[in-house]
Amino acid sequence: MQVKEYKPLIVAFCCNWCSYAGADLAGNNRLNYPADVKIIRVPCSCRVNPMFVLRAFQRGADGVILCGCHPGDCHYTSGNYYTRRRMALLFSMLDYLGIERERTRVEWVSAAEGAKFAATMNDFAEKVAALGENKRLEDLRCKK
Amino acid sequence: MQKITRDVLVEKAVSLLENGSVSCVLGWKKGEFDYDITPAVFESKEELVSDFIFDDFCGANFSKYLVQKTRKVEGKILVFLKPCDTYSFNQLLTEHRFDREKVYAVGIPCEGMVDIGKIKAITGDGISSIVCGDTIKVNTIYDESFDINAKDVLLERCINCKSKKHVAYDELIGEEGEVIESNRFDEVARLEAMTPDERFAFWQNELSKCIRCNACRDVCPACTCEKCVFNNPKSGVENKAPANEFEEKMFHIIRAFHVAGRCTDCGECSRVCPQNIPLHLLNRKFIKDIDSFYGEYQAGAEVGSRAPLVNYTTEDIEPCDVFERGND
Ligand code: SF4
Ligand code: SF4
Ligand code: FES
Repeated sequence: MQVKEYKPLIVAFCCNWCSYAGADLAGNNRLNYPADVKIIRVPCSCRVNPMFVLRAFQRGADGVILCGCHPGDCHYTSGNYYTRRRMALLFSMLDYLGIERERTRVEWVSAAEGAKFAATMNDFAEKVAALGENKRLEDLRCKK
Repeated sequence: MQKITRDVLVEKAVSLLENGSVSCVLGWKKGEFDYDITPAVFESKEELVSDFIFDDFCGANFSKYLVQKTRKVEGKILVFLKPCDTYSFNQLLTEHRFDREKVYAVGIPCEGMVDIGKIKAITGDGISSIVCGDTIKVNTIYDESFDINAKDVLLERCINCKSKKHVAYDELIGEEGEVIESNRFDEVARLEAMTPDERFAFWQNELSKCIRCNACRDVCPACTCEKCVFNNPKSGVENKAPANEFEEKMFHIIRAFHVAGRCTDCGECSRVCPQNIPLHLLNRKFIKDIDSFYGEYQAGAEVGSRAPLVNYTTEDIEPCDVFERGND
């Protein structure tokens, strides 16, 4: 039997106006970031409700990262200010329940920050990989 | 143990009913046993005189009943509110959930309510009668009798009572109380000080007991959506008893998050949970975090205040800094 090399599955919610474009730029510039980062485009970071994050973990994500425009730059003026409060509380709660805090992150990435996007993903993937598989919030029935 | 008696409340209710100021009364009524007091609607003097109860088992908070009741009833509803209930009352008003004009609220003082679970832990099952008082007298069908100090078997929320002050009323029976210092966050802090593995073990032990009866949702005065995701078969989260680790936690995270910033810490959820899951520790975690990140906020303290999660400042703490801020 061949042992599969463990690679963390990472779900990145990226807002359409900044971070998704940032990811695009990273690609255009041929910057490397792990292929296991699955990007989900959302209209604004505040579109992400807590259930999205939990759902990602349920379906087997090992880490969830949320990227949006820098505070003050949200395309909808204030969406990311709400996101900031929501995610601060949600992630603190996950930590309280014993789900490792390194598995969740919020990062502000603008459309011009392709390099930051790649660096963020590399760093996040590395931290999550060190923790190993997410067992505390996954639904085994969703396993393929 | 309560300082005011049932008779005072019945007298008040009867006089308001008879002079036509109110058309019905929300109050407590004896259930099958002495201790399972249920909320009830009284419409006549006779019903009040024969069935109305007020004793140390009257934990039930009536605020939420007003949402449905005010729509159905002609005229005003008389409701009795303990101090903690008035916070829920205000929170519902803030969210425009009922018409204030249709309610006549009478604030009543409270000396703390008792927890039947704690009494049963002492006496065992088979309670045949209970007489309330500073010393609670319990008889069982096995001819045993117990004298229990009421202060030893208080509900968790009463041990950590946050306020004896009524924040809303039309009329007050007894004296105006004060907001009091409580130790309600101690237990949260104790959990925060544990390692993630210990916390995980603690919550897994607690949350795996959940039978998804949804009682905590049903009773919560902050949970008043007409349609709930947990009733919707298409949502994929409607499942009954949680089958695995995800479902155990998901329900509780979503329930607590849904009321974060609006939960008044009325303690009803923990009181009604048949599995004795300490739901208040989830709610209070959010309250504690909100207090420390965004400044102290008590939901329901005043009508019209803006809940922290529908508000922001440009200077808010970054999620990545949350753990550095002495939150460990
Ligand atoms: S979550 Fe519990 S303590 Fe908070 S308002 Fe609802 S029932 Fe009361
Ligand atoms: S009341 Fe208790 S058992 Fe019922 S759903 Fe809520 S936590 Fe679970
Ligand atoms: S549009 Fe990017 S965070 Fe709102």
